[in-house]
Amino acid sequence: MADQPKTAEPGRARLSPRKKQQVSRVIQYVVLAAALVALVLYADWGSLAQNFAKVDVARETLPDLFTVALRNTIIYAVGGFVFAFLLGLLLALMRLSQVGPYRWISLVYIEIFRGLPALLIFLMITFLPLALPGFAVPGGTYGQGILGLGLVGAAYQAEVFRAGLQAVPKGQTEAARSLGMSATRAQVTVVIPQAIRMVIPPTTNQFVSLLKDSSLVLFLGVSGEYVELAKFGNDLASQYANATPIMVAGVTYLIVTIPLGYLASRLEGRKGRTR
Amino acid sequence: MTHAIELRDLHKHFGRNEVLRGIDMTVDPGQVVCVIGPSGSGKSTLLRCVNLLERPTRGKVFVEGVEVTDPDVDIDAVRRRIGMVFQQFNLFPHMTSLQNVMIAQQRVLKRGRREAEVIARENLDKVGVGSKCDVPPSQLSGGQQQRVAIARALAMSPDLMLFDEPTSALDPELVGDVLTVMRKLAEEGMTMLVVTHEMGFAREVADRVVFMDGGVIVEDGVPAQVIGDPQHERTRVFLHRVLHPEG
Repeated sequence: MADQPKTAEPGRARLSPRKKQQVSRVIQYVVLAAALVALVLYADWGSLAQNFAKVDVARETLPDLFTVALRNTIIYAVGGFVFAFLLGLLLALMRLSQVGPYRWISLVYIEIFRGLPALLIFLMITFLPLALPGFAVPGGTYGQGILGLGLVGAAYQAEVFRAGLQAVPKGQTEAARSLGMSATRAQVTVVIPQAIRMVIPPTTNQFVSLLKDSSLVLFLGVSGEYVELAKFGNDLASQYANATPIMVAGVTYLIVTIPLGYLASRLEGRKGRTR
Repeated sequence: MTHAIELRDLHKHFGRNEVLRGIDMTVDPGQVVCVIGPSGSGKSTLLRCVNLLERPTRGKVFVEGVEVTDPDVDIDAVRRRIGMVFQQFNLFPHMTSLQNVMIAQQRVLKRGRREAEVIARENLDKVGVGSKCDVPPSQLSGGQQQRVAIARALAMSPDLMLFDEPTSALDPELVGDVLTVMRKLAEEGMTMLVVTHEMGFAREVADRVVFMDGGVIVEDGVPAQVIGDPQHERTRVFLHRVLHPEG
């Protein structure tokens, strides 16, 4: 820019870079201020507060918000996570297997369950008893929710594990094998523990994502003692014809998810330093 | 007498790339043999064929009279008797030094915890890193890591040891500590096959020096001959470059 040939309008001083930056910044603040003014002037604050933040409705969510809804969200999320963790590890090992069919099965599973909306999986689970008469998912409603979350989560977790397993240097396996360990023993003793350490940060993110997906349990037609945060908020919102319970449920999610997100990035940072 | 290691007409191809083109050599029990040669000459591959980290394309490998290239042989059992030391150490980073030296004793030799720990400490002391037992490898210098790796191999009470350029990844001032440990091992009568660029070590410690180039053995003899009075032009050129890097 600086060495652009000065042809047109030789008399007019062009803006210096510093001046340009100042102008740009002023414009940005003006736009922001205008948006805020419009928001304050045109939003109906009274109605918003009435519908989304009504204190007496919020009070009605207690204590079930924590004792039932959050508790169930955590049961679905942790249960689904354990399922996804174990199945994901198995799928990742299959994906890296010497045996062709294992690789293909794993690949097909991962592609299908990552490619489908999680909601669709939940809807299918509700139809399982129709497809398999006499079959019931063990654990009832909890079992169904955990199954749905686990099946979907496993596909993502498998890719996380695969990356972790592949990131363990080949020399580690060679050292283990040269000490006389079998291939399986080397994997279990040397490779998998290192892979798991490496994937802790992305796995934490997976858990957060699974916790949010637990809201899909709503579509299993759960009720009563099985409701989790989203269903709980939705039910009370209908009951009071007021959105406050949904806001309360949302805030409750954030209380859990934001700290976990920070935890994940701190773990990521620590890994960056030691490696 | 059975040879500790015998290689017969060993060939190794990586795709089109012929890395070993017919190697015949032996190492006798108690011998120290150093393999030297330019990079890409196939010396590391030769070493890795002995414990089948690389599977030869053709030819046979015998360790203590057992043909390890036989598909029916229990390779894990053979590897237990062969210690290996790598250029990059390859210590297990999720374990302390002590655990590194204990784990294979426990999992492979099925030694009890107590016994494994006693043997591990003995070997760590022997290589001069006995004070670093509870430290993870990441907190050790390269020289210390390599000595822990040697202790890890020794703790398995191997009959022979393979060294794959054990000092090439070390800062120059740390090379001596590792070579001292290796020299001590040689004096104790350990059978050793060593790929190295340390000509001083090869000259003083080796019983035989093997010069490789282009996937074949060019010269094989006592150090005084191969290093002191090489018969082949290629050996002379290589040695001149190593001993006088700036011409």
